[in-house]
This record gives sequence, C-alpha cells and structure tokens, in this order.
Amino acid sequence: MTEKYTMPDERGHFGPYGGLFVAETLIEPIKELNIAYQHYLDDPDFIAELDADLQHYVGRPSPLYHAERWSKVLGGAQIYLKREDLNHTGAHKINNTIGQALLAKRMGKTRIIAETGAGQHGVATATVAARLGLECVVYMGAVDVKRQALNVYRMKLLGAKVVAVESGSKTLKDALNEAMRDWVTNIDNTFYIIGTVAGPHPYPAMVRDFQTIIGREAKQQCLEQAGCLPDALIACVGGGSNAIGLFHPFIDDASVKLFGVEAAGDGIETGKHSAPLCAGRPGVLHGNRTYLMADDDGEIIETHSISAGLDYPGVGPEHAWLKDTGRAEYVNITDTEALEGFYALTRMEGIIPALESSHAMAYTLKLAPTMSKDEIIIVNLSGRGDKDMHTMAEREGIKI
Amino acid sequence: MSRLKATFEALKKINRKALIPFISAGDPNPEFTLPLMHAMVDAGVDVIELGVPFSDPMADGPVIQRASERALEHHTGLRKVLSIATEFRKTNQTTPIVLMGYLNPIEIMGYQTFADYAQQAGIDGVLTVDLPPEEAQECTALLKAREIDPIFLLAPNSHQDRVKKMDAIGSGYLYYVSLKGVTGAGHLDIADVEQKLAMIRQNTALPIGVGFGVKDAQTAKMIAKVADGVVVGSALISKIEANLDNLNQAKQEIIELLKSMRQAMDS
Repeated sequence: MTEKYTMPDERGHFGPYGGLFVAETLIEPIKELNIAYQHYLDDPDFIAELDADLQHYVGRPSPLYHAERWSKVLGGAQIYLKREDLNHTGAHKINNTIGQALLAKRMGKTRIIAETGAGQHGVATATVAARLGLECVVYMGAVDVKRQALNVYRMKLLGAKVVAVESGSKTLKDALNEAMRDWVTNIDNTFYIIGTVAGPHPYPAMVRDFQTIIGREAKQQCLEQAGCLPDALIACVGGGSNAIGLFHPFIDDASVKLFGVEAAGDGIETGKHSAPLCAGRPGVLHGNRTYLMADDDGEIIETHSISAGLDYPGVGPEHAWLKDTGRAEYVNITDTEALEGFYALTRMEGIIPALESSHAMAYTLKLAPTMSKDEIIIVNLSGRGDKDMHTMAEREGIKI
Repeated sequence: MSRLKATFEALKKINRKALIPFISAGDPNPEFTLPLMHAMVDAGVDVIELGVPFSDPMADGPVIQRASERALEHHTGLRKVLSIATEFRKTNQTTPIVLMGYLNPIEIMGYQTFADYAQQAGIDGVLTVDLPPEEAQECTALLKAREIDPIFLLAPNSHQDRVKKMDAIGSGYLYYVSLKGVTGAGHLDIADVEQKLAMIRQNTALPIGVGFGVKDAQTAKMIAKVADGVVVGSALISKIEANLDNLNQAKQEIIELLKSMRQAMDS
C-alpha cells in the first residue's frame, strides 16, 4: 500500500460500505453529533480530558504481555497479549464509552442509552454514566439478560436501568433496534452510545477512533519490547470494535498481517453461526451497508455463538472494506474450538479470557505453530472471563 | 402520469383528502391481505400503503413489530408481497399501492431487479424508511424510470433544506411523520402539525400525507384539515391483533374504522 489509508470518506463510506441509512428523524441529531465529534476531535481540552481519564480512571496504557510459556509450548511465533482485560470494567469497551460520554456531556445531553450483548458495553456505559451523573438506560436482549446475569446486576448496581428486549431473536440486534427506537423518541436530551464500529456515520469512524488507543499503544510497546513491528495481529470480530482498534494503526504497515476471527458457533456448515464476513452477504442494517447474515428475502437470520458479545448478524463496515480489499483476512472459530482457546490461556498463562476473546486465542492455537520462533503475533485479549463463569460452570455441570 | 399523481389531482378537484391505510402484508397470514385490500377500497380509501415485513423494523412501535413477526411466520417477504400486489391489480387498476418498508430486502434482491418486479406488479410508490436522500440516488433513478414514485419521510426536526431536498428527489407525495418517535406512539399535537406543514408547503408543491398518531375519526378529521392525505396504520393493525381468533371480525372492525374516518374527513 503506497497511499496512506484515509477511510472513510466525508460521508462515512468505506468503498460501498458504511454510509447513513437511517429514518429522517435521526438525520438532524446525527448531523449535530457529527459536527460536535469533528470539533472535539481536534480540541486540545477535550483530548487532554480524555487522555487523563484513560490513564487514571481506565488504567491505561494496558500492558503488552509476552506469553512466553504458551509461545514455547506451541513451538512457533512469539505470542504477545494486549491486555485490554485489565482495563477498568474488564474489557476494551470503556475506551469508547469514556470518549462518547465526555462528548455527550459537552453536547449538553443528560440521558445516555446503550445496547449491549454480553453486557460489557452496558457495564462500561453504566460506569461512565455513574461517574458523570448522567441518567442511563441499557437495552439488552432477554436471552442475553439470562445468560449474562452477573453483568445485569453490575449495571443495576451502577444505577442504570436495564430493559430486557423481548422482540425478535431477543439478542444484541434486537437490543440495537430498541435503542434506536428510544433514541428517535427522546432525541432532544438523549445521547446514544453505540458500543461497536457499526451504526450510521459517524459511529463506525468515531468508535474506531476511540478504540485505536489499543493499536497505537501496542505498536509502541512492541517496538520497545521486541524492537520491531509484529508479523500478525489477531482479534475476535463481532461488531468488530476491539479488532479495528488494534488493526487500524497498522493498516499502512503492509508487512503486518491482520486476522479477524468470527464466531462459527456450531460450525459454518450448520448455518448456526455469527460469521457474516465468512458466510454472509452485503446488505443494509442498523444504519450502514455491510456484510450481514440475511436470507433470500433480505430478512435477518438469527445468529448463534457461545459468546453473547459475538452474537450479532452484522459487522462494522470498515471490516467489510478490509475484507474486500484483502488487507485483512477473516477466519472463523467454532464454539468448541473457542473453549480450547479458553482453557489453553487459563492453564498456560493463568489468565482467564472472555469467551469472545477466546475465539482469538483459539485462532492463535492454529496460527502460531505455523510461524517461526522469531516472528511475533499480537493477540487482543479484549476482555476477561469473569462474566462467563456461570456459562462455563454450567457446561462443566457445576453449580456455583 | 403516475397513478398517485392522478389520484391526488382528482381528489383536489373535488376538495377531498386522501385516506391512506397502512397494513402489514401477510398479517396475520398471506390469505387475509388481498380481500382486505379490496374491502378497504370499497370503504373509501384512496391509496394503500402495503408494509413489507422486515425482521428488524427499527422505526416501528410494538404494534407493527408484532404484525411483521406474524407475517414472517408465514414467510411473507418482499417476493410474496409483490405477488399479492400483482393479484390485486388483476381486478383493480386505479387504486395506487405504495410499498413501505426497510431497505435490506430491496438491497438483497438488487435495485434493478426490484424496480422491474415492482413495475410488473403495478406498484406506484416505494417508501423506504431507512433510505434517506443522501443514499437514495441510484435507487430512485431506477424507480422513476419506471414511473414509480419514490416517497420520502419528513420529521418534526427536518429543516427547510431537507424539505427542498425531498422535493427535488421525491415524487407522488411526501410523508410527514407527525411526532418524534416510532409508529403508533404518543399524542398528536395538531397545532404543531399545522405550523410545520405551513413551512413544508412553502418549499414543495407535492401533496403531503401525515401519519404516526392517527387513531380515530376525530384525529383523522383534524389532520385532513391541514394535510392532503391521512395515513392510519397501527390503529388498523390493532384490530387484527385483538381478533386473531376471528379474522372476519377483525376485517369488519377495520372497515368500520375506515368508514368512520372517511365520513369525518368529508363532513
């Protein structure tokens, strides 16, 4: 790549993807948001406040940890983990919610809404809302409310109202639909904090920009610790915010291979998965054009994954673009394989990863042995596994 | 001249306002829709908005969401809706049909294929909730080339420049969403609507339909005083939902409501 990567264009397009596909009522508030975002992006006061919060409240920079034992056992590339699991609230999600909440405050909005799947984004939103004294409502699919009970309790403790969404498939996509409905009804005082790099422009670019702290730190840390750039990056992809956060600062470094790992659920061939980039087709949902899981009538297909955070039928439009251009490669990992990744990291390094991040670990199990010992992989450990203890115990037949 | 344009011009001559029912095609089953469309025409409606069920109706309230879910249980997707319209046209060549729905079914079918099929099915207008003018150039050009009117929404927070944009790209009529919110919600503020329509009319000569919040004969009458068309959706669909075990009753209640609206609007 000789030209510098500058996507998206000013109207939010990543090639044919992205864009602004929303009902008319949202046009004006989105325009306002875009103007505010473009303004504060270059505002030294805003950036200083954000940086201070990331350092003192979130706990950044997060470490880049050389998993020496695991690397040795796999016998291939040196594996480095970007420890987003060590952030306050236990995942990368707070990098973005801090940024958007500070923006909401400056725009004079008093009420925050969010959607959540695994509950990590909901918790990260409820957390910053509590800190800034903003009213907070989190929409969560009824199925997810059940399987992520711990996070629901955390959000309630933090003062958020959690609304269980009973429509459609009762998972993340339906929570997003409901949040959009709330937003359109309460646009005057409400800021919608979208948790991933999807939604209408400017969300995919804005959420990315708040998440690129992951990749910017990782690049600098890798240069300091290993003295060179990594050879490959691995991150799980649901909506794709942790992946784009890690990938984006490396896009112009052509020698760095980018691997996004989608959830194959029961297996791509069963149709029960959440892998739109690997097995979907382009369409329009939730404000942007991207790869989707849709049937021949254009209806959205229900997704399946052991991890609630990857259980989404779409994916950020920038990933669609990176796939089509071949800059990133998208692979998939089944539920069973993800569990192997989960146990591997837990037993080998004493770190319990979230089930979402376990997909990235599982692909590391496959990729690392094919590389040489002087090559480097950075894997995004996007979240910790505490929230998944119930799911795991249940699978093992243990009652907690 | 498109059927929509002809309809609004004819109504204007006799100083009448258009009554425009919205129903979800295939709700609660595909067999129910065609006879209901004919019965609504007999009850005095002028245009039919036929909802294309979508799995993720982001701009709709619970009533239309559930209607979509009932329709999708019988797989009433875009193809099936077009076949219902085709059947309707076999015996009715005058009442305009507007497809209303979300973009993804059209995206997956492909714009050109959709435009061809819609023309063959006798569709007169297409209102795509999540396709604002910013992204609509390609699709509207294909529709207009086939004499199908692309219909756009205006909201209470749409400024003058938006109205001009809609006027330039849209045809048939403009659909003013009378409140900030989802379908079937809230309370209608008629003074607010009147004020807003005055601004809109300064910027377009297209007829204006008003919807979201029209519940009964009285609200229909109030809207008819200021708008060119009155759109009623959730109130009709509620009749279906309340009578799922007796669909004849549902149909009868829908017809009665529409007749009472017609009478109130014309008096």
